[in-house]
Amino acid sequence: MALRLWARSAANALKLSGTGGARAAAAPAFSISRFVSTVHDGLKYTQSHEWVKTGDGVATVGITDHAQDHLGEVVFVELPEPGTTVSAGASFGNVESVKATSDVNSPISGEVVEVNSKLSETPGLINTSPYEDGWMIKVKPSSPGEADALLDAAKYTKHCEEEDAH
Amino acid sequence: MASAGLAGVSGAACPLMRLVTMSSVPILQQLHLEERLLRCTPDNWCIINDSTAPATIVMGVSGRVSELVEIQPVLRDQVPVVRRFSGGGTVIVDQGTVFVTFICNKNAVTGLQPFPRDIMSWSGQLYGKVFDRFGEFHLRENDYAFSHRKFGGNAQSITKNRWVHHTSFLWDYDVKNMDYLKIPKRAPEYRLARNHTDFLCRMKEYIPSRSVFTDGVIAALGEHFSVQPMDLQAILSSHEEFVPSTKLVSQQDLEEIVSSKESFRV
Repeated sequence: MALRLWARSAANALKLSGTGGARAAAAPAFSISRFVSTVHDGLKYTQSHEWVKTGDGVATVGITDHAQDHLGEVVFVELPEPGTTVSAGASFGNVESVKATSDVNSPISGEVVEVNSKLSETPGLINTSPYEDGWMIKVKPSSPGEADALLDAAKYTKHCEEEDAH
Repeated sequence: MASAGLAGVSGAACPLMRLVTMSSVPILQQLHLEERLLRCTPDNWCIINDSTAPATIVMGVSGRVSELVEIQPVLRDQVPVVRRFSGGGTVIVDQGTVFVTFICNKNAVTGLQPFPRDIMSWSGQLYGKVFDRFGEFHLRENDYAFSHRKFGGNAQSITKNRWVHHTSFLWDYDVKNMDYLKIPKRAPEYRLARNHTDFLCRMKEYIPSRSVFTDGVIAALGEHFSVQPMDLQAILSSHEEFVPSTKLVSQQDLEEIVSSKESFRV
Protein backbone atom coordinates (compact mmCIF):
# COMPACT_ATOMS: atom_id res chain seq x y z
CA MET A 1 0.00 0.00 0.00
CA ALA A 2 1.53 3.28 -1.08
CA LEU A 3 2.42 5.64 1.73
CA ARG A 4 2.12 9.35 1.25
CA LEU A 5 4.01 11.85 3.34
CA TRP A 6 3.07 15.45 3.47
CA ALA A 7 4.88 18.32 5.04
CA ARG A 8 4.36 21.99 5.50
CA SER A 9 6.20 24.20 3.09
CA ALA A 10 9.86 24.77 3.83
CA ALA A 11 9.23 28.49 4.22
CA ASN A 12 6.63 27.90 6.91
CA ALA A 13 8.72 25.23 8.60
CA LEU A 14 11.65 27.61 8.88
CA LYS A 15 9.48 30.23 10.57
CA LEU A 16 7.99 27.83 13.07
CA SER A 17 10.01 26.05 15.72
CA GLY A 18 7.45 24.59 18.12
CA THR A 19 5.43 26.19 20.87
CA GLY A 20 8.27 28.24 22.22
CA GLY A 21 9.76 29.56 19.00
CA ALA A 22 9.09 32.37 16.57
CA ARG A 23 5.87 32.13 14.63
CA ALA A 24 4.78 33.01 11.13
CA ALA A 25 3.23 36.50 11.17
CA ALA A 26 -0.10 35.26 9.84
CA ALA A 27 -0.49 32.34 12.28
CA PRO A 28 -2.51 32.79 15.51
CA ALA A 29 -0.20 32.95 18.52
CA PHE A 30 -1.72 29.75 19.96
CA SER A 31 -1.31 27.57 16.85
CA ILE A 32 0.79 24.46 17.28
CA SER A 33 3.08 23.95 14.30
CA ARG A 34 3.02 20.54 12.65
CA PHE A 35 5.39 19.29 10.04
CA VAL A 36 4.74 15.73 8.88
CA SER A 37 1.86 13.22 9.10
CA THR A 38 1.38 9.98 7.19
CA VAL A 39 -1.62 9.33 5.02
CA HIS A 40 -2.29 5.94 3.44
CA ASP A 41 -3.54 5.60 -0.11
CA GLY A 42 -6.42 3.15 -0.33
CA LEU A 43 -8.16 4.37 2.81
CA LYS A 44 -11.00 6.84 3.07
CA TYR A 45 -10.99 9.72 5.52
CA THR A 46 -13.33 12.09 7.35
CA GLN A 47 -12.82 15.77 8.03
CA SER A 48 -12.80 14.89 11.72
CA HIS A 49 -9.69 12.75 11.17
CA GLU A 50 -10.95 9.17 11.20
CA TRP A 51 -10.04 6.58 8.55
CA VAL A 52 -11.96 3.60 7.20
CA LYS A 53 -10.72 0.58 5.28
CA THR A 54 -13.45 -1.30 3.46
CA GLY A 55 -13.40 -4.83 2.11
CA ASP A 56 -14.98 -8.31 2.38
CA GLY A 57 -18.14 -7.01 4.02
CA VAL A 58 -16.36 -5.57 7.06
CA ALA A 59 -14.91 -2.08 7.45
CA THR A 60 -12.09 -1.23 9.85
CA VAL A 61 -12.03 2.19 11.55
CA GLY A 62 -9.42 4.20 13.42
CA ILE A 63 -8.03 7.70 13.79
CA THR A 64 -5.36 9.16 11.55
CA ASP A 65 -1.72 9.91 12.19
CA HIS A 66 -2.59 13.64 12.05
CA ALA A 67 -5.15 13.13 14.82
CA GLN A 68 -2.93 11.07 17.11
CA ASP A 69 -0.12 13.57 16.67
CA HIS A 70 -2.36 16.49 17.65
CA LEU A 71 -3.97 14.59 20.51
CA GLY A 72 -0.73 13.64 22.23
CA GLU A 73 -0.15 10.47 24.23
CA VAL A 74 -3.36 8.46 24.36
CA VAL A 75 -3.86 7.07 27.87
CA PHE A 76 -7.37 5.65 27.73
CA VAL A 77 -9.78 4.48 25.03
CA GLU A 78 -13.52 3.98 25.40
CA LEU A 79 -15.07 1.73 22.75
CA PRO A 80 -18.59 0.41 22.16
CA GLU A 81 -19.67 -3.17 22.68
CA PRO A 82 -19.97 -5.48 19.67
CA GLY A 83 -23.52 -5.36 18.43
CA THR A 84 -23.77 -1.58 18.87
CA THR A 85 -25.18 0.38 15.96
CA VAL A 86 -23.04 3.26 14.72
CA SER A 87 -24.07 6.12 12.45
CA ALA A 88 -21.94 8.00 9.96
CA GLY A 89 -20.68 11.22 11.52
CA ALA A 90 -21.77 10.33 15.03
CA SER A 91 -19.56 9.53 17.99
CA PHE A 92 -18.93 5.85 18.81
CA GLY A 93 -16.34 6.27 21.54
CA ASN A 94 -13.60 8.51 22.80
CA VAL A 95 -9.90 8.69 23.56
CA GLU A 96 -8.25 10.43 26.49
CA SER A 97 -5.03 12.37 26.08
CA VAL A 98 -3.46 15.41 27.74
CA LYS A 99 -6.31 15.76 30.25
CA ALA A 100 -8.93 15.70 27.50
CA THR A 101 -11.51 13.27 26.22
CA SER A 102 -12.00 13.53 22.47
CA ASP A 103 -14.93 11.96 20.67
CA VAL A 104 -14.17 9.56 17.83
CA ASN A 105 -16.79 9.57 15.09
CA SER A 106 -17.76 6.72 12.79
CA PRO A 107 -17.11 7.32 9.08
CA ILE A 108 -19.90 4.91 8.12
CA SER A 109 -23.14 3.47 9.42
CA GLY A 110 -23.52 -0.13 10.48
CA GLU A 111 -23.10 -2.63 13.28
CA VAL A 112 -19.95 -3.02 15.36
CA VAL A 113 -18.75 -6.62 14.94
CA GLU A 114 -15.40 -6.39 16.71
CA VAL A 115 -13.45 -3.95 18.87
CA ASN A 116 -9.69 -3.84 19.38
CA SER A 117 -9.34 -5.27 22.87
CA LYS A 118 -5.59 -4.55 22.91
CA LEU A 119 -6.37 -0.85 23.34
CA SER A 120 -7.59 -1.33 26.90
CA GLU A 121 -4.12 -2.41 28.05
CA THR A 122 -2.07 -0.57 25.42
CA PRO A 123 -3.90 2.60 24.36
CA GLY A 124 -0.61 3.96 23.02
CA LEU A 125 -0.97 1.69 19.98
CA ILE A 126 -3.10 4.50 18.59
CA ASN A 127 -0.01 6.74 18.71
CA THR A 128 2.57 4.22 17.50
CA SER A 129 0.47 2.45 14.86
CA PRO A 130 -2.67 4.44 14.05
CA TYR A 131 -3.40 2.63 10.78
CA GLU A 132 -2.49 -0.95 11.80
CA ASP A 133 -2.28 -2.16 15.39
CA GLY A 134 -4.17 0.92 16.63
CA TRP A 135 -7.40 0.15 14.74
CA MET A 136 -10.44 0.78 16.93
CA ILE A 137 -13.59 -0.96 15.65
CA LYS A 138 -14.74 -3.19 12.81
CA VAL A 139 -18.15 -2.45 11.34
CA LYS A 140 -20.54 -4.39 9.13
CA PRO A 141 -21.72 -1.56 6.86
CA SER A 142 -25.46 -0.98 6.54
CA SER A 143 -25.09 1.24 3.47
CA PRO A 144 -22.56 -0.24 1.03
CA GLY A 145 -20.81 2.47 -0.90
CA GLU A 146 -21.28 5.03 1.86
CA ALA A 147 -17.52 5.32 2.24
CA ASP A 148 -17.18 6.36 -1.41
CA ALA A 149 -18.36 9.86 -0.48
CA LEU A 150 -15.53 10.33 2.02
CA LEU A 151 -12.18 12.01 1.34
CA ASP A 152 -9.48 10.13 -0.51
CA ALA A 153 -5.85 10.43 0.56
CA ALA A 154 -5.15 13.46 -1.59
CA LYS A 155 -8.21 15.39 -0.42
CA TYR A 156 -7.58 14.46 3.19
CA THR A 157 -3.97 15.62 2.91
CA LYS A 158 -5.18 18.96 1.53
CA HIS A 159 -7.72 19.22 4.35
CA CYS A 160 -5.00 18.72 6.97
CA GLU A 161 -2.70 21.24 5.30
CA GLU A 162 -5.50 23.82 5.26
CA GLU A 163 -6.27 23.24 8.95
CA ASP A 164 -2.65 23.50 9.96
CA ALA A 165 -2.13 26.61 7.85
CA HIS A 166 -4.40 28.66 10.12
CA MET B 1 -24.04 28.03 15.35
CA ALA B 2 -23.95 30.93 17.87
CA SER B 3 -25.24 34.20 16.47
CA ALA B 4 -22.90 37.16 16.15
CA GLY B 5 -22.96 39.72 18.92
CA LEU B 6 -21.98 43.35 19.15
CA ALA B 7 -19.19 44.72 17.02
CA GLY B 8 -15.74 44.59 18.56
CA VAL B 9 -13.15 47.36 18.55
CA SER B 10 -12.18 46.60 14.96
CA GLY B 11 -15.79 46.81 13.81
CA ALA B 12 -15.95 43.09 13.08
CA ALA B 13 -18.71 41.17 14.86
CA CYS B 14 -17.52 39.14 17.86
CA PRO B 15 -19.04 35.72 18.49
CA LEU B 16 -21.57 35.69 21.27
CA MET B 17 -20.63 34.07 24.59
CA ARG B 18 -23.40 33.47 27.09
CA LEU B 19 -22.25 34.04 30.67
CA VAL B 20 -23.68 32.13 33.63
CA THR B 21 -22.52 33.19 37.08
CA MET B 22 -23.50 31.24 40.16
CA SER B 23 -22.35 30.61 43.67
CA SER B 24 -22.07 27.53 45.88
CA VAL B 25 -23.70 25.23 43.34
CA PRO B 26 -22.79 21.57 44.01
CA ILE B 27 -20.12 20.41 41.57
CA LEU B 28 -22.21 17.45 40.39
CA GLN B 29 -24.97 19.84 39.35
CA GLN B 30 -22.46 22.13 37.64
CA LEU B 31 -20.96 19.25 35.67
CA HIS B 32 -24.41 18.03 34.60
CA LEU B 33 -25.18 21.54 33.38
CA GLU B 34 -21.91 21.70 31.45
CA GLU B 35 -22.52 18.37 29.73
CA ARG B 36 -26.01 19.47 28.79
CA LEU B 37 -24.84 22.79 27.36
CA LEU B 38 -22.00 21.08 25.48
CA ARG B 39 -24.12 18.32 23.93
CA CYS B 40 -27.51 20.01 23.51
CA THR B 41 -26.91 23.65 22.60
CA PRO B 42 -25.11 25.39 19.71
CA ASP B 43 -23.95 28.34 21.80
CA ASN B 44 -20.70 29.46 23.39
CA TRP B 45 -20.84 29.55 27.19
CA CYS B 46 -18.79 30.75 30.11
CA ILE B 47 -19.82 29.35 33.48
CA ILE B 48 -18.43 30.79 36.70
CA ASN B 49 -19.29 29.03 39.97
CA ASP B 50 -17.84 30.77 42.98
CA SER B 51 -17.45 28.12 45.67
CA THR B 52 -19.15 24.76 46.01
CA ALA B 53 -20.63 22.57 48.72
CA PRO B 54 -20.37 19.90 49.92
CA ALA B 55 -16.63 19.23 49.61
CA THR B 56 -16.40 16.67 46.81
CA ILE B 57 -13.71 14.57 45.18
CA VAL B 58 -13.87 14.81 41.37
CA MET B 59 -12.04 12.27 39.20
CA GLY B 60 -11.45 12.27 35.45
CA VAL B 61 -13.25 9.88 33.15
CA SER B 62 -10.64 7.12 33.30
CA GLY B 63 -9.52 7.48 36.90
CA ARG B 64 -9.19 4.37 39.08
CA VAL B 65 -10.64 5.11 42.49
CA SER B 66 -8.27 2.82 44.39
CA GLU B 67 -5.23 4.52 42.88
CA LEU B 68 -6.37 8.09 43.41
CA VAL B 69 -8.46 8.21 46.57
CA GLU B 70 -7.90 7.21 50.20
CA ILE B 71 -11.14 5.24 50.30
CA GLN B 72 -11.29 4.38 54.02
CA PRO B 73 -11.30 8.02 55.24
CA VAL B 74 -13.65 8.94 52.38
CA LEU B 75 -16.13 6.29 53.54
CA ARG B 76 -15.66 7.25 57.16
CA ASP B 77 -16.31 10.94 56.50
CA GLN B 78 -18.87 10.34 53.72
CA VAL B 79 -17.08 12.52 51.19
CA PRO B 80 -18.87 12.34 47.81
CA VAL B 81 -16.78 11.05 44.87
CA VAL B 82 -17.76 12.06 41.34
CA ARG B 83 -16.47 10.74 37.99
CA ARG B 84 -16.73 13.61 35.51
CA PHE B 85 -17.12 13.46 31.73
CA SER B 86 -13.78 15.11 30.89
CA GLY B 87 -10.25 13.77 31.06
CA GLY B 88 -7.49 14.64 33.49
CA GLY B 89 -6.76 14.07 37.14
CA THR B 90 -8.38 14.15 40.55
CA VAL B 91 -9.22 17.17 42.69
CA ILE B 92 -11.10 17.84 45.88
CA VAL B 93 -13.28 20.92 45.65
CA ASP B 94 -14.96 22.92 48.39
CA GLN B 95 -15.97 26.44 49.41
CA GLY B 96 -12.47 27.67 48.58
CA THR B 97 -12.74 26.64 44.92
CA VAL B 98 -13.75 28.94 42.08
CA PHE B 99 -14.74 27.23 38.82
CA VAL B 100 -14.47 28.75 35.35
CA THR B 101 -15.67 26.82 32.31
CA PHE B 102 -15.58 27.67 28.62
CA ILE B 103 -17.83 25.79 26.20
CA CYS B 104 -17.18 26.77 22.59
CA ASN B 105 -17.97 25.88 19.02
CA LYS B 106 -14.84 24.78 17.20
CA ASN B 107 -14.95 27.89 15.00
CA ALA B 108 -15.57 30.33 17.87
CA VAL B 109 -11.88 31.22 17.94
CA THR B 110 -10.44 31.84 14.49
CA GLY B 111 -7.75 29.33 13.57
CA LEU B 112 -8.06 27.29 16.75
CA GLN B 113 -8.07 23.53 16.04
CA PRO B 114 -10.14 21.39 18.42
CA PHE B 115 -7.23 19.50 19.94
CA PRO B 116 -6.19 19.53 23.62
CA ARG B 117 -2.89 21.38 23.40
CA ASP B 118 -4.22 23.97 20.98
CA ILE B 119 -7.18 24.76 23.24
CA MET B 120 -4.96 24.90 26.30
CA SER B 121 -2.54 27.24 24.56
CA TRP B 122 -5.44 29.61 23.85
CA SER B 123 -6.78 29.39 27.39
CA GLY B 124 -3.31 29.87 28.82
CA GLN B 125 -2.96 33.12 26.90
CA LEU B 126 -6.39 34.30 28.01
CA TYR B 127 -5.64 33.57 31.65
CA GLY B 128 -2.25 35.21 31.25
CA LYS B 129 -4.10 38.46 30.71
CA VAL B 130 -5.96 37.86 33.97
CA PHE B 131 -3.07 36.73 36.15
CA ASP B 132 0.12 38.35 34.81
CA ARG B 133 -0.28 41.42 37.01
CA PHE B 134 -0.62 39.36 40.19
CA GLY B 135 2.28 36.95 39.93
CA GLU B 136 4.63 34.96 37.73
CA PHE B 137 1.87 33.12 35.87
CA HIS B 138 2.57 30.02 33.81
CA LEU B 139 0.73 27.33 31.92
CA ARG B 140 3.10 24.72 33.29
CA GLU B 141 2.68 21.20 31.87
CA ASN B 142 -1.03 21.85 31.43
CA ASP B 143 -1.55 23.31 34.94
CA TYR B 144 -2.07 26.96 35.85
CA ALA B 145 0.70 28.00 38.24
CA PHE B 146 2.36 30.94 39.90
CA SER B 147 6.04 30.15 39.48
CA HIS B 148 6.21 26.39 40.23
CA ARG B 149 3.13 26.17 42.39
CA LYS B 150 -0.16 25.05 40.94
CA PHE B 151 -3.35 26.96 41.66
CA GLY B 152 -5.58 25.78 38.84
CA GLY B 153 -6.25 22.33 37.43
CA ASN B 154 -8.06 21.97 34.13
CA ALA B 155 -9.57 19.33 31.92
CA GLN B 156 -11.29 19.16 28.58
CA SER B 157 -13.83 17.30 26.57
CA ILE B 158 -13.87 17.64 22.80
CA THR B 159 -16.70 16.62 20.49
CA LYS B 160 -16.88 16.78 16.71
CA ASN B 161 -17.79 20.48 16.60
CA ARG B 162 -17.48 21.78 20.18
CA TRP B 163 -15.23 21.67 23.18
CA VAL B 164 -15.26 22.40 26.87
CA HIS B 165 -12.30 23.59 28.91
CA HIS B 166 -13.04 23.70 32.62
CA THR B 167 -10.84 24.71 35.51
CA SER B 168 -11.02 24.46 39.27
CA PHE B 169 -9.10 27.36 40.79
CA LEU B 170 -7.79 27.16 44.35
CA TRP B 171 -8.81 30.50 45.80
CA ASP B 172 -8.23 28.75 49.11
CA TYR B 173 -8.10 25.15 50.21
CA ASP B 174 -8.28 23.09 53.37
CA VAL B 175 -5.04 21.19 53.87
CA LYS B 176 -6.93 18.43 55.70
CA ASN B 177 -9.01 17.76 52.57
CA MET B 178 -5.87 16.93 50.63
CA ASP B 179 -5.41 13.90 52.86
CA TYR B 180 -8.31 12.25 51.01
CA LEU B 181 -6.24 12.18 47.82
CA LYS B 182 -3.28 9.97 46.97
CA ILE B 183 -0.35 11.42 45.07
CA PRO B 184 -1.08 10.18 41.54
CA LYS B 185 1.24 7.82 39.68
CA ARG B 186 0.94 10.01 36.61
CA ALA B 187 2.06 13.47 37.73
CA PRO B 188 3.65 16.41 35.90
CA GLU B 189 7.43 16.50 35.98
CA TYR B 190 7.52 19.88 37.68
CA ARG B 191 5.76 18.40 40.69
CA LEU B 192 9.07 16.71 41.60
CA ALA B 193 7.36 14.36 44.08
CA ARG B 194 6.26 17.28 46.26
CA ASN B 195 3.34 16.72 48.59
CA HIS B 196 0.13 18.69 48.12
CA THR B 197 1.17 21.50 50.48
CA ASP B 198 4.48 22.16 48.71
CA PHE B 199 3.04 21.73 45.23
CA LEU B 200 -0.03 23.97 45.50
CA CYS B 201 -0.60 27.62 46.31
CA ARG B 202 -3.64 29.72 47.20
CA MET B 203 -4.86 32.45 44.87
CA LYS B 204 -5.93 34.60 47.82
CA GLU B 205 -2.27 35.15 48.59
CA TYR B 206 -1.82 36.79 45.19
CA ILE B 207 -5.15 38.43 44.28
CA PRO B 208 -7.11 40.92 46.45
CA SER B 209 -10.57 39.35 46.08
CA ARG B 210 -12.56 36.65 44.27
CA SER B 211 -14.50 39.30 42.39
CA VAL B 212 -11.27 40.89 41.09
CA PHE B 213 -10.44 37.46 39.64
CA THR B 214 -13.85 36.73 38.11
CA ASP B 215 -14.24 40.29 36.78
CA GLY B 216 -10.82 39.87 35.18
CA VAL B 217 -11.92 36.67 33.44
CA ILE B 218 -15.02 38.36 32.07
CA ALA B 219 -12.98 41.33 30.87
CA ALA B 220 -10.46 39.06 29.13
CA LEU B 221 -13.31 37.17 27.44
CA GLY B 222 -14.72 40.48 26.26
CA GLU B 223 -11.66 40.96 24.05
CA HIS B 224 -12.71 37.91 22.00
CA PHE B 225 -16.46 37.61 22.51
CA SER B 226 -19.58 39.62 23.03
CA VAL B 227 -20.42 38.49 26.58
CA GLN B 228 -24.12 38.19 27.40
CA PRO B 229 -25.21 37.41 30.99
CA MET B 230 -27.87 34.70 31.21
CA ASP B 231 -30.42 33.72 33.83
CA LEU B 232 -29.36 30.48 35.51
CA GLN B 233 -32.88 29.33 36.35
CA ALA B 234 -33.97 29.49 32.73
CA ILE B 235 -31.02 27.31 31.69
CA LEU B 236 -31.42 24.74 34.46
CA SER B 237 -34.87 23.79 33.21
CA SER B 238 -33.83 23.23 29.58
CA HIS B 239 -33.00 19.89 27.90
CA GLU B 240 -34.14 17.86 30.89
CA GLU B 241 -34.29 14.72 28.75
CA PHE B 242 -30.50 14.64 28.35
CA VAL B 243 -28.78 12.02 30.51
CA PRO B 244 -25.31 13.17 31.60
CA SER B 245 -22.42 10.73 31.92
CA THR B 246 -20.95 12.42 35.01
CA LYS B 247 -21.87 10.17 37.90
CA LEU B 248 -21.60 9.92 41.66
CA VAL B 249 -19.58 6.87 42.69
CA SER B 250 -21.87 4.99 45.05
CA GLN B 251 -20.98 4.05 48.60
CA GLN B 252 -21.53 0.42 47.65
CA ASP B 253 -18.98 0.70 44.85
CA LEU B 254 -16.46 2.27 47.22
CA GLU B 255 -17.00 -0.49 49.76
CA GLU B 256 -16.55 -3.15 47.08
CA ILE B 257 -13.23 -1.61 46.08
CA VAL B 258 -12.05 -1.73 49.67
CA SER B 259 -13.04 -5.38 50.01
CA SER B 260 -11.71 -6.35 46.62
CA LYS B 261 -8.07 -7.41 46.21
CA GLU B 262 -7.88 -6.03 42.70
CA SER B 263 -8.41 -2.40 41.65
CA PHE B 264 -11.02 -1.93 38.94
CA ARG B 265 -12.63 0.99 37.22
CA VAL B 266 -16.02 1.76 38.74
